[in-house]
Amino acid sequence: MKILVCISKTPDTTAKISFTQNNTKFNGDGVQWIINPYDEWYSLVRAIELKEKDPSVVIHLATVGLADTEPIIRKALAIGGDEAIRVNADSADSYYVAAQLAEVARQGAYDLIFTGKETIDYNGSSIGGILAELLDLPYISLAVKFELNGTTATVTREIEGGEETDAVSLPVVVSCQKGVAEQRIPNMKGIMGARTKPLKVLEPVAMDTLTSIVSFELPPAKAGVKLVPADNPAELIRLLHEEAKVF
Amino acid sequence: MSVLIFIDHSDGHVKKAALEALSYGAALAGQLGVTAEGILLGTVDSDLSSLGRYGVKKVHQAAQETLNHLDAQLFARVIADTATATGATVLVFSNNVNGKAIAPRVAARLKAGLVSGAVALPDTAKGFVVRKNVFSGKAFANVSINTPIRVIALNPNSYPVKEGEGTAEIVPLTVSATPRVKVVSTTPASGHVPLTEAEIVVSGGRGLKGPENWGMIEELARVLGAATACSRPVADSHWRPHNEHVGQTGIAIAPNLYIAIGISGAIQHLAGVNRSKVIVVVNKDPEAPFFKAADYGIVGDAFEVVPNMIEAVKKLKGIA
Repeated sequence: MKILVCISKTPDTTAKISFTQNNTKFNGDGVQWIINPYDEWYSLVRAIELKEKDPSVVIHLATVGLADTEPIIRKALAIGGDEAIRVNADSADSYYVAAQLAEVARQGAYDLIFTGKETIDYNGSSIGGILAELLDLPYISLAVKFELNGTTATVTREIEGGEETDAVSLPVVVSCQKGVAEQRIPNMKGIMGARTKPLKVLEPVAMDTLTSIVSFELPPAKAGVKLVPADNPAELIRLLHEEAKVF
Repeated sequence: MSVLIFIDHSDGHVKKAALEALSYGAALAGQLGVTAEGILLGTVDSDLSSLGRYGVKKVHQAAQETLNHLDAQLFARVIADTATATGATVLVFSNNVNGKAIAPRVAARLKAGLVSGAVALPDTAKGFVVRKNVFSGKAFANVSINTPIRVIALNPNSYPVKEGEGTAEIVPLTVSATPRVKVVSTTPASGHVPLTEAEIVVSGGRGLKGPENWGMIEELARVLGAATACSRPVADSHWRPHNEHVGQTGIAIAPNLYIAIGISGAIQHLAGVNRSKVIVVVNKDPEAPFFKAADYGIVGDAFEVVPNMIEAVKKLKGIA
């Protein structure tokens, strides 16, 4: 059993969002970079749990990024996984990234490919779907529970107004979210061990980008809160009805 | 040339998000001077020709009950083939659960540029630039799609449903392939209104002290016709089910009205709710960071304020 866990580098959840170069580039100054939480907390940890149950499981991590992504790859390896692959390219757009990952996946012949449900920077929720299509594999998105029984995966996924449990034969691509696993903190043994785990660097395959970012914008500042006295909630309801007109 | 809109449905009903996508796709077709067509896989209870009211001239339908459950791979193939057969140059999806599963596959299949999380009609004056949410609602990006075929996944609750006159022609589709994904079971969530479809959401946090105090949250939601939600600590303490957790790592929502009761407003929580049109915060701590992101607020004890809010809504709506 070989599992590929796709990881991405994102700004920390509390990072201040600002832009440079006439609002065309994200301003990374002073930003702490982390493993995209969905990739780390759910996909990676679930893969590790599967390996704990069956030590023959091999876990590879893959990311598309330049050399500055290596600290987060080492951090991911400290949590778990056997080796990592970095495709040495800037993550230009979702098609480009997914196509690079598809190439990694083809070479590794994985039984299971995990992605996070989305990255917290571009919120595309699209890498898993594009990857699955390029590999002609089934794709179960927004998983909240993942179980393996031999070569069949039983996956519970979010649907509007509930949950659905699906059964699918491997190989399969699954995007993971809360519920699949619980966040783990790397321990000292893991951190020391991560230093010597293999980290392969591959050059990207020639690939088109299909989209490009023209500019970023910050939302207009809120006008400020209108406070209503605590002893007069009826006034709040009146404002919501007559001024904000939300019901 | 046409704009092809995917019509999402469940339990026999076309989803509200799909009506938004239809309205958006029809407006875009008008902007481009082409026709709008819909595609629906599976069966619904209502007469599909009435979807013409939202601006589509045709609805392509594969009326097979097996398609009432999603198989993203099969759906993507049928939608991409239909797009090719009808000469569609833009495909519109709702960026909801099913849209997130299908749109990327369709885009990859057609080698079409994808913008997911769109919040406005494209700017087609020079190229094709779509505005989308990025950084979990903390910013927007204007993204240019540089391919002849374009795929847009529209965020729910970001484009109004526009209803007019019209009747759509139903074009039957035949789908012969069998799904590779087998549905074992489905479980409905506890609430009456699905969170992502809700126009009003009432949410509770740690300030409510325990699960036994959720009665007033549910009652306020009931009188407002709202869905209920909660903060992460509440879900993690199992006071409420995980599928009610809104925030960075939970569900991201964008209702017309979000009422946060006893939630301090940590940045991770705001990331999941900051696209709400109007935010109301009730918190006894005047320093709670949530007040900075709120439109209306009451500094006060939820246990005194909320029952009075319920009474005021009942009086306004004339309900018991």
